[in-house]
Amino acid sequence: MKRFFSFVHKEFLHIFRDKRTLLILFGLPFVQVLLFGFALTNEISYAKIAILDNDKGMHSRKITHRLLSSGYFRLEENLTTYADIEKAFRKGKIKMVVVFPQDFDSEYERSKGAHIQLLADASEQNTAISLVNYASAIIGDYSAAQNPVASSPMMIDVRSRMVFNPELKGAFVFVPGVMAMVLLLVSAMMTSVTIAREKEMGTMEVLSVSPLTQSQIIFGKVLPYLLLSFINGCLIIALGVWVLDMPMNGNLLLLLTETLLFIFLSLSIGIFISTLTDSQLVAMFASLVILLMPTIFLSGFIFPIESMPKPLQVVSNIIPAKYFIAIVKGIMIKGVGIGYLLKETLILLAMAGLFIFMSLRKLKTRSL
Amino acid sequence: MIAIEVISKTYASARALQQVSFEVQKGELFGLIGPDGAGKTTLFKILVTLLLPDAGKATVAGFDVVKDYKMLRTITGYMPGRFSLYQDLTVGENLQFFASVFGTSIEANYALIADIYTQLEPFKNRRAGNLSGGMKQKLALCCALIHKPEVLFLDEPTTGVDAVSRKEFWEMLGRLKNRGLTILVSTPYMDEAVLCDRIALIQNGTILAIDTPEGITTHFTKPLLAIRGADTYRLIKDLRTAPFTHTCYAFGEYLHLTLKSESVDRTYIEAFLQQKQHRQIEMHPISPTVEDTFMSLMDRQ
Repeated sequence: MKRFFSFVHKEFLHIFRDKRTLLILFGLPFVQVLLFGFALTNEISYAKIAILDNDKGMHSRKITHRLLSSGYFRLEENLTTYADIEKAFRKGKIKMVVVFPQDFDSEYERSKGAHIQLLADASEQNTAISLVNYASAIIGDYSAAQNPVASSPMMIDVRSRMVFNPELKGAFVFVPGVMAMVLLLVSAMMTSVTIAREKEMGTMEVLSVSPLTQSQIIFGKVLPYLLLSFINGCLIIALGVWVLDMPMNGNLLLLLTETLLFIFLSLSIGIFISTLTDSQLVAMFASLVILLMPTIFLSGFIFPIESMPKPLQVVSNIIPAKYFIAIVKGIMIKGVGIGYLLKETLILLAMAGLFIFMSLRKLKTRSL
Repeated sequence: MIAIEVISKTYASARALQQVSFEVQKGELFGLIGPDGAGKTTLFKILVTLLLPDAGKATVAGFDVVKDYKMLRTITGYMPGRFSLYQDLTVGENLQFFASVFGTSIEANYALIADIYTQLEPFKNRRAGNLSGGMKQKLALCCALIHKPEVLFLDEPTTGVDAVSRKEFWEMLGRLKNRGLTILVSTPYMDEAVLCDRIALIQNGTILAIDTPEGITTHFTKPLLAIRGADTYRLIKDLRTAPFTHTCYAFGEYLHLTLKSESVDRTYIEAFLQQKQHRQIEMHPISPTVEDTFMSLMDRQ
């Protein structure tokens, strides 16, 4: 046991001596979470709009007020003629124009069939769609509030509700994804590089002839990174909850346990990669290509799995991050317990077992 | 102490060892002498239980290298050919690590390494990667000795080390031997062979001869002449094509010449060279060195 701990101690020395390792270990999660959380968001807040109010009646003013106090829109300018609309768009500042026609008030009062025109700059199509949807929803709310009883018996009233994430916050999607990506990358890449380094430097030979067993060598490599990655995981959760306003509806202990399981799986993948190569460079590239790409594109992190072609959907089943993302979303956002996540948990457990088994078989302290 | 019986090992592409057999006595400093690619490292890896032989049997201190490998690893010290310590750890940390991995402490076996470690002590807090070549080898030797092994395997310990450090290193080996350690050391340098108790000459995976450094030269049966001339390059070309020449190799400024028949004498050779307009010819008989023996045994093969 003393042997094992002196091995672990040596690993910590390696980690803390190498500034680059430390930077990747603790700089990467911070940058990723904040980048995805703030810069790469598709949420709308205070989009600049212009208003062309040809009526200037009570309703148009009230609707304008509702739009501007919602937090989604900010008034950039008031337009006076239709010709101004194109000019305003050309200047590129505004994203949407709300047009109230003449007689808006009287039309609205009389026939309940008044029209509002929403013009959006669709050169950014996602933003345009979101803006029009938000504006429509706010105007619809206003209209509904004015007429508590639906006047037309034939009208079908669709009321949708965005469950779990009513404000459609991007962080809900990104934080679990970034967490999976960072943990997988840091744990798997670090371990694969560190074992490859022992082989490259020839120290593996010396370790092999020592009384250390192969499982002592493997677990000695894993333990320091397990601890550091766990700290990393906690850091990402904390950033998500306190900086990006992620909810924490489920059991924190369960979330941490699942995180630990996922880190363990990532480390076992890292060890497996390192048993396949003797070079640090190959180990690093293998980690990046085998792990990073599929995690970003096939785990449902950025592109929904449901909208992938069938073959890719099948492939996505072997991406560990897919299950971890489902688990994190389940616990943090939906607040479900282990009962609902049993399948994902067991799959991760099985994957970890498989990789550890394959590594122990491959990493021998003597060769033929 | 070490008994090797008809060990063979074949890699996918090449035959590394062919039916190698020899024995090393307890307390002996045994040298394995041969050029790069002769199979020295392969034999070492088999003996330190890193590699399994295809055929044959080997025991170290009575333990079989295949069956009793766990036991063996605690009583052997191994220093691989390449510097194999942690470059980002300090001298002290490296030594401490290897001591605890072998379940011992620096203090417990300090007496064994004291002689070497005192030279390293001033650099105790320096990273191993920043040591000079000679210092690195001394540290590696300390690390291989720290668990007080009975047998020491040193694979080309002096390759890439300066002449002074090489000399020091061999003096250390001599002192370790006097402490009763059995040492198997390999080297491509023939001049180091004389520092061993016994040597084995190895080439292409086959043992050519085993004897004491002095005894090994008795395997060299032909008379040997050392010849020097003004134009060494032309001299070696002419001598190699001469009808009486058996072999001719360059050794520093001299050429070592063996003859096809003993009937050819020095006056005949001198006449032959004068006819070819060689000047400042100097010629005298010499006794063969280990290298001469190696070359002739290699030729015979």
